[in-house]
Amino acid sequence: MTATLVEQSPNRRAAKGAGSEPALLDIVKHAKGTAVGSSIEDEPDDESPLYESRRKIYPQRVQGMFRRIKWAVLFITLGIYYGLPFLRWDRGIYAPHQAVLVDLHNSRFYFFFIELWPQEVYYLTGLLILAALTLFLMNAVAGRIWCGYLCPQTVWTDLFQTIERWIEGDRREHLRRDAGPWTFDRVVRLGLKHFLWLMVAWWTGGAWVLYFADAPTLVKDLATLQAPLIAYIWIGILTLTTYSFAGLMREQVCLYMCPWPRIQAALTDEYAFNVTYRYDRGEPRASLKKAAALREQGLPAGDCVECMQCVHVCPTGVDIRNGPNLGCIQCGLCIDACDAVMAKTGRPARLIAYDTDINIHLRQDNKPPVYKLVRLRTTVYAAVIVVVGGLMLYTLATRRSESISVIHDRNPIFVRLADGSIRNAFTVHIANKALETRLFELTVAGVPGLDVVLVGDNVASGNPLIVVNPDQTRELRALLTTHAPLPTASVPLTFTITDSKDGSQARAVDNFRGP
Amino acid sequence: MPEHQRPEHFDEVTGTATTGHEWDGLRELNTPLPRWWLWVFYATIIWSIGYWIVYPSWPLISGYTPGLFGWQSRNVIVNDLAGLKAIRGPMADKLADASLQQILNDEQLVAFARAQARPIFNENCAACHGSGGAGAKGYPNLNDDDWLWGGKLDDIVITIRHGIRSTDDKTRLGSMPAFGRDGMMKRADIDTVADYVRSIARLPIEPKADLVAGKKIFADSCASCHGEAGKGKRDMGAPDLTDAIWLYGSDKSAIVDGLWNGRAGVMPAWAARLDDSTIKALTVFVHTLGGGEK
Repeated sequence: MTATLVEQSPNRRAAKGAGSEPALLDIVKHAKGTAVGSSIEDEPDDESPLYESRRKIYPQRVQGMFRRIKWAVLFITLGIYYGLPFLRWDRGIYAPHQAVLVDLHNSRFYFFFIELWPQEVYYLTGLLILAALTLFLMNAVAGRIWCGYLCPQTVWTDLFQTIERWIEGDRREHLRRDAGPWTFDRVVRLGLKHFLWLMVAWWTGGAWVLYFADAPTLVKDLATLQAPLIAYIWIGILTLTTYSFAGLMREQVCLYMCPWPRIQAALTDEYAFNVTYRYDRGEPRASLKKAAALREQGLPAGDCVECMQCVHVCPTGVDIRNGPNLGCIQCGLCIDACDAVMAKTGRPARLIAYDTDINIHLRQDNKPPVYKLVRLRTTVYAAVIVVVGGLMLYTLATRRSESISVIHDRNPIFVRLADGSIRNAFTVHIANKALETRLFELTVAGVPGLDVVLVGDNVASGNPLIVVNPDQTRELRALLTTHAPLPTASVPLTFTITDSKDGSQARAVDNFRGP
Repeated sequence: MPEHQRPEHFDEVTGTATTGHEWDGLRELNTPLPRWWLWVFYATIIWSIGYWIVYPSWPLISGYTPGLFGWQSRNVIVNDLAGLKAIRGPMADKLADASLQQILNDEQLVAFARAQARPIFNENCAACHGSGGAGAKGYPNLNDDDWLWGGKLDDIVITIRHGIRSTDDKTRLGSMPAFGRDGMMKRADIDTVADYVRSIARLPIEPKADLVAGKKIFADSCASCHGEAGKGKRDMGAPDLTDAIWLYGSDKSAIVDGLWNGRAGVMPAWAARLDDSTIKALTVFVHTLGGGEK
């Protein structure tokens, strides 16, 4: 990599002045080994504070392709988030009818046709692996597009900024208002903005709790103040976090709180697409008139007209022309802004684009750009996603609605009875994951002439039928006795339950132990 | 600002001030925290002072500052236990009202009683009988089907309540006399009868053993408690000598030891320590370990 990844500190850049020598050139020169003396050394900051005060960002409204994608993602993701709890799914009389429900009280998770028990929490592990690897794959393909389009922090911040623009006006108007006096109009607008923010935040917290209880009932209970205290507490917590993260903290969350920028910087490579200022085209920057004059004289003139639109629309206040940096969330809004300007100045679009530094250098050397989508890391990530996803699909598709587990008594491992026979005791758990009562026949194979008695089930011996209620587990104590001498001290046993109606089976294995 | 605090050097790449420290040409960037971060840090310090005021914090010479909330970890446990009791309430009431047989006949009550009794057993009984009731030498295995004083529900509940050779008024009494030590039997006779006892248990005996003499001694001295056939008598706690289970071992030396020194293992009475419901649950627990009789 030629350009060094730089952690940008916005107000220092501002202090340096936008008009000074482009920092990017410094970076490039420095990286190429021609270290240049910094011009800043002559004008040191006259203060070195203990903290870095925040520079308020007034992102300007922008239109274009990436903005449209962001709108679409915003509507889809928020639509799912706010609407999903109200989707119904008929499961009969033994289970709730909410399509997506985390039933903590009964320790069940419902997702459309899937119902998971606590012991199947490994699906969550699989889901987390998939989530992580998808994030890595996204990163390998196009850097932090997660941050730019899908991250909740981005989506809600986008929504909050839209409200802000709606009430307090776009960048210029907002700046003017903030600089002006405290008029009645300004106070009303400020109050209205925060009120609307709080409403959105409150609704966000409200939607959250609906995933944990029957949504229509809970909405009614919440409205009539009948809902459990914990619901109100969670709504309060999420209202507060949404309001402060999306309304007040915004880019600070990305810059200072989120670990992903740091992690992704270590995971990315030189072929990953990043929102890139094509300085091969852009430099040297000059105003429209000056550029025209330069071109007339046959001197080089870049396409960048120094309009600062890319900086003004940036939700994290980054100057993309300074090269890849930690503040950039790869949302592409600067591309939209720059394209609009390029259209006006009659220059080709995509002075800023999803591109790589490698391609810039190739173009500088008059070589065709290289796009390497299939690389080791993209292949490995995609392969692992396919394997883990396939494995999860397979286990879900072949998931049984009954299961048995047995635990051998540890103390004593075996018991000698008065007539000299040997008994082993087991704790047997039979799970019925179906939403109907089922009768299971328990058979134990492995030791001939085994006498099976179930404690708590009033069938003396033989192969008793065990009633297991819908969506329940039943625990039984099984006493296994044999009169015949054992060939070895440990004989393998197979416990089999058979549904008396449809014959479906589940097995568990253990050992019969003797002296 | 004092002269020595002025940043002297700026990093070429980032334009960030350095702290002025240098190690072999490496410099440390001075990247200060955001202001809000610092505020949050101060806020947590102030918040922590609140803890001193409302929660127990400072140790004093004889005690501590209790705090305004009057919080105590003990109270938390007391509340938790009360909450647990409230949850168990309906089932606990059912258990208290049901007879032992009714509990055994009800799937739910058996499960509840067993769950209730397990920790009680581990706290009170496991010291002698083992955590799974497997017993040890001199302490009966509660999983098997051999019972000194009876394995029906009613037998077990009496044993638990009043104990065996305990200090309780209604304790189960009856012990194996020390025939040898107390001069009731000669050493040679003890040897002979020990061989006979092993023979009725179908255990291998020495070829020169005099079983006829042994049988006579047994009939004279032992049969009154153990029965003529050696099958034992439960009202005296006399074990069956013909079965495969030996509380103190089936070696001849163990049997001779029993005959010489006697046997009188003690089980404490639990009625004073455990309430009736608990004893009922324990009874069902022991009964369902595997050896319970109908």
